Amino acid sequence: MSGNLRWKALLIAIVTIVSLVYLSASISDQFPEWWPKKQIKLGLDLQGGTHLLLEVETSKAVENAVERVSGDLKDSLLKKGIRYSKLERVSGKEILVEFQSSAYMDKLKEVLDSEFFNLKELPTKDDKGSLSVRLGLSDKEVEHIEKFAVDQGLETIRNRIDQFGVSEPIIQRQGEKNILVQLPGIKDIKRAKDLIGKTALLEFKLVDDEHSIEDASTGNIPSGDEVLYQKIVDREAERVVNKPYLLKEKTLMTGDVITDAKVRIDSQYQTPYVTMEFDNRGKRLFDRITAANVNKRLAIVLDKNVYSAPVIQERISGGSAQITGSFTAEEAHDLAIVLRAGSLPAPVRYIEERTVGPSLGRDSIHSGVISIIIGGIVVILFMMFYYKLSGVVANMALILNIILIMAAMAAFQATLTLPGIAGIVLTIGMAVDANILILERTREELLLGKTPRSAIDAGYDRAFRTILDSNLTTLITAALLFQFGTGPVKGFAVTLTIGIVASFFTALFVTRFIYDLVLTKRRVRTLSI
Amino acid sequence: MISIVKPEINIDFLGRRWIAFMLSSILILASILSIVLKGGLNFGIDFAGGALVQVRFTNETTPGEIRKVLNEIGLRDSIIQQYSEKGGNEYIIRFKNTSSKNEGLSDRVQETFQKRYGQNGFEIRRVEVVGPQVEKELRYKALMALIYGMIGILVYIGFRFEFRFALGGVLALVHDVTVTIGAFSITDREFTLPVLAAVLTIVGFSINDTIVIYDRIRENRRKMAGKKLELIMNSSINETLSRTILTSGTVLFVVIALFILGGSVIHDFAFALIVGVIAGTYSTVFVASPIVLLWEKFFPGKKGKRR
Repeated sequence: MSGNLRWKALLIAIVTIVSLVYLSASISDQFPEWWPKKQIKLGLDLQGGTHLLLEVETSKAVENAVERVSGDLKDSLLKKGIRYSKLERVSGKEILVEFQSSAYMDKLKEVLDSEFFNLKELPTKDDKGSLSVRLGLSDKEVEHIEKFAVDQGLETIRNRIDQFGVSEPIIQRQGEKNILVQLPGIKDIKRAKDLIGKTALLEFKLVDDEHSIEDASTGNIPSGDEVLYQKIVDREAERVVNKPYLLKEKTLMTGDVITDAKVRIDSQYQTPYVTMEFDNRGKRLFDRITAANVNKRLAIVLDKNVYSAPVIQERISGGSAQITGSFTAEEAHDLAIVLRAGSLPAPVRYIEERTVGPSLGRDSIHSGVISIIIGGIVVILFMMFYYKLSGVVANMALILNIILIMAAMAAFQATLTLPGIAGIVLTIGMAVDANILILERTREELLLGKTPRSAIDAGYDRAFRTILDSNLTTLITAALLFQFGTGPVKGFAVTLTIGIVASFFTALFVTRFIYDLVLTKRRVRTLSI
Repeated sequence: MISIVKPEINIDFLGRRWIAFMLSSILILASILSIVLKGGLNFGIDFAGGALVQVRFTNETTPGEIRKVLNEIGLRDSIIQQYSEKGGNEYIIRFKNTSSKNEGLSDRVQETFQKRYGQNGFEIRRVEVVGPQVEKELRYKALMALIYGMIGILVYIGFRFEFRFALGGVLALVHDVTVTIGAFSITDREFTLPVLAAVLTIVGFSINDTIVIYDRIRENRRKMAGKKLELIMNSSINETLSRTILTSGTVLFVVIALFILGGSVIHDFAFALIVGVIAGTYSTVFVASPIVLLWEKFFPGKKGKRR
């Protein structure tokens, strides 16, 4: 073997061995500690699971912030004795303030300048003499709130999923306000979706016992009050009763003071309930609230649903509370998770869902493998039949090609999807094309009367540029598929790309090496082609 | 040596270009007509939005039965199809896009089935729900992928060969894409995301084919300097004919294997590839090169520099 050939032999041997090592982990797991254990990652369409795309309703977060600021502004104006005739949130994100006299209006501006930097005055269409001001959050503030809503939402969802226990979930931001969640192998999708999508805003509110709920139910709601409902599930009759409550609108405390939440079982009725622990601030707050409202009822409200409204018997300084309701064990478990993980700063909506059941995934793997095998066998038989020994050389390259693709998938931890398998099958067809180009060209050169050696040299030289051109254009389309494709289509682009690069190596380099090796070792009169 | 094509073969492909143009025109016209008459393509939920639930029932049931169950929860707008693979009780239920109603739809379907068929009476095999924003984005991305793909290839071939060759190549691609999409319209198949991937693959495959012939033309123009372009093209196509048939044949074999064995999800994908491979091979010979000739006929001044 000449020096040049020896180097080539070494390179091919190394590539092959490394590939086989990487591939081995996907076939068996009985290897020593130091052995690379990267397995081929299966896409959701092959192993089953769910892909969810959530949209964070960031505008809701902005509205909530405006609501909070308008409350602060009210307090501040009252404290300073600035009298307004109207101060409320209008058309979602604006605060409308109206005055009786213009003197107060000027004072409002002073307050704004000194305390409310994040508010800006919006231009009014009204005439100059108007005594109203429209206020809105500054653009920077809005941007900040929206960003925070998505970031915090992502973090909260990640926490919830971690506590729920899913192996290898993917939770990431997508675009400006979308969150992508992929849960491989999950069975109870509805439960997971409920857990992820729950806003979980916990509020403590006082029940208004001074006014009657019957009166309020007819639409006559006292100012500063609101009507919320408790869902009472009657399991025997299989129906849900909505019990109305008249509550003070003002929220006394929210769930952000919770440090821990656990499921407990009621010893008397054997029903589950959830207990919550508060942090120091929460303890102080709860202490103050209970002290000031003994004998009144405190409603525990989660996402605008009343769960219970116990009477405050005495001042509670211990700093814990509990939520009871007609829960199943699962519901209580999940409620504890969302209380621990915290609430979402803005509600989320599911805008895309793709779920593949495990049995369909298995079927897909099965049919994918069969099509690779059948496609491979068809091509291999044909090449052997048509090109004889040269076909065998091409087949060796083809088999190495498939090994390389699989090994690269494992090494780079690329995800194999069903279209990805189709990509491999297609690559088999395309990889053969390189060999066909070379062999057809070699045949032509042989017909011109060249010796096997120079015919092969010419075949490779001439075909090289064509193969390069055609592979590069295919790479262009593969890159675009990757750029614009989603999920499974991306998987197709990945295998196609790896396949093209691998076939460049196997079809040009490896086969050439085999011919060189054979032709230098012995004098070949006729080529089996 | 076994040969599909005799080495001394010399078919006058370009002489028959008018017949080819006519055939291509008919194919394209039929495609466009079918799409227009059917009121656009039959987009799958990836591009049209909506929801799809694939269910396998343990015991036999009928579409009417399923519809009755769904009507109970107010889902009247559903299309229920029996799923042919492996016979039996598998159904695909599709729901049109009704924005807000989609939310929690799959859960509601599952709950209702549970009541009617029991916990073990059915298995939900696949759920896809695509909301309006997502659908819009997917459609936009798909269109962009196609357009950028064409531009990318146009630039690459223009750079490696000449502009008129690039034009021929891209027109051949437009031809292939139109015919493939047309075949989907004519056979009433759904145009989904994987099918789009197939169409883009066809773009790659067809241009592959075209480049092989262009490459030979470039080489022969040096060898046969002074000869008429039509003659050079004809012999180039003939010289590469065996390769064209062999490669297209093997790829066709492979995609037919996919079509038959690949399972439901791959089925339409493979169908697109079958049509595309045939159209791509045909267009390489009968569209890509004749366009270059045609261009020369109308713009004889711009012969372009030879590389």
